[in-house]
Amino acid sequence: MAAQIRVLRRRIKSTQSIKKITRAMELIATSRIAKARARVDESRPYAEQITAVLTELANNSALDHPLLVERAEPKRAAVLVVTSDRGQCGGYNANVLKEAEQLQQLLREQGKEPVLYVIGRKGVGYYRFRRRKVEESWTGFSEQPRYADAAEATRTLVNAFMEGTADGGNGVDELHLVYTTFKNMVTQTPQARRMAPLEVEYEADTVGTPGGEIEERREQAAEHANEVRPLYAFEPSPDSLFDALLPKYIGARLFAALLESAASESAARQRAMKAATDNANELIRTLTLEANQARQAQITQEISEIVGGADALVSAGSEN
Amino acid sequence: MTVELVAVERRIWSGSASFVLARTTVGEIGVLPGHESTLAQLEEAGVVRIDGTDGTSTTLAVHGGFLSITPETVTVLAEYAEVSDEIDVSRARSALDKADTSEPAGAAAAARANARLRAAGAAE
Repeated sequence: MAAQIRVLRRRIKSTQSIKKITRAMELIATSRIAKARARVDESRPYAEQITAVLTELANNSALDHPLLVERAEPKRAAVLVVTSDRGQCGGYNANVLKEAEQLQQLLREQGKEPVLYVIGRKGVGYYRFRRRKVEESWTGFSEQPRYADAAEATRTLVNAFMEGTADGGNGVDELHLVYTTFKNMVTQTPQARRMAPLEVEYEADTVGTPGGEIEERREQAAEHANEVRPLYAFEPSPDSLFDALLPKYIGARLFAALLESAASESAARQRAMKAATDNANELIRTLTLEANQARQAQITQEISEIVGGADALVSAGSEN
Repeated sequence: MTVELVAVERRIWSGSASFVLARTTVGEIGVLPGHESTLAQLEEAGVVRIDGTDGTSTTLAVHGGFLSITPETVTVLAEYAEVSDEIDVSRARSALDKADTSEPAGAAAAARANARLRAAGAAE
């Protein structure tokens, strides 16, 4: 009986210390969401300006940059999966990895060989456990990504893309990105997006522009430009400006995706840790109840033993 | 004219200015209000000076920048940018000393460190 109470008390204590940890993680995650969302807002001016500049250039350039043109026979497609470095965030990684599996399945059905690039330790671990080849991986910044991290990944991916598979090249013909979009505090959805060949989201045409329609839209935009837009001078030529700007545009888009994934990760962790804290509370309540019952039972038993003992003594005495 | 300097991670400077000085891949460019509309690529690691209408002058180290000018506005798009008084001169100097200029990555790092020193007014 006493042993049972001791065990219960020990479990209550350990549950309480687990609760302290999950509660702390919940609070940290909550503050990180706010920070990550503020950074998304801070990065918006650049995204808007670079889109404006690209729109302007698109009206003055041939739009035959390799990053914009669909390849005739795509053989290999890069898939960049954005996962987290740490666990304890519910289904966050499982969801994004599932989405990545579906994308790879789709690519295989289209006759393209997926090539994996991974951001985040959890993704690296997932593919290593399954002995799947990861072309390159970057880790250590999933919660607080810097632009330098995005720029490094972009450089590798754009280089692989520019190399291509034509002429026996060992590169890729398409770039895909799988990350988690932050809809609101309770909804984060994994999403697959194609990064290259690029679909520049030009100003005014807020809808994503599939490759073939760019030309047509450009003509429309050019007509529009003749009416209101001033004529720009270019230093150097529009085409070489376009060459320099497109990789930066991809970098900015990847950085935005990383920030959004970071916000989603923190939101997922906050929810998971809140559930864990609630469960710990519930467990502590039940265990305390059980411990109290056991204690009460022990007291009752002791009393009845004393009473029984006294009765036995009294009856033994009366016989004498 | 309205001037904005935005880096990928945040907006660095915005306000009204009377003069902007920058160096493009082609050459130095000074922008006064009413400048012809221009799009330009700035040198990979360079220095931009903005003279505000309130008489203040801001110098910034700008990496991987582009310049977009209309008669009323000037926008500098940068991968990274730092205002001169935020620059850690000793760190930039040690980065410059450490950089191995024989390979492209090292040369780029040296150019960046150099631009930061120039912006901070500490270059030899």
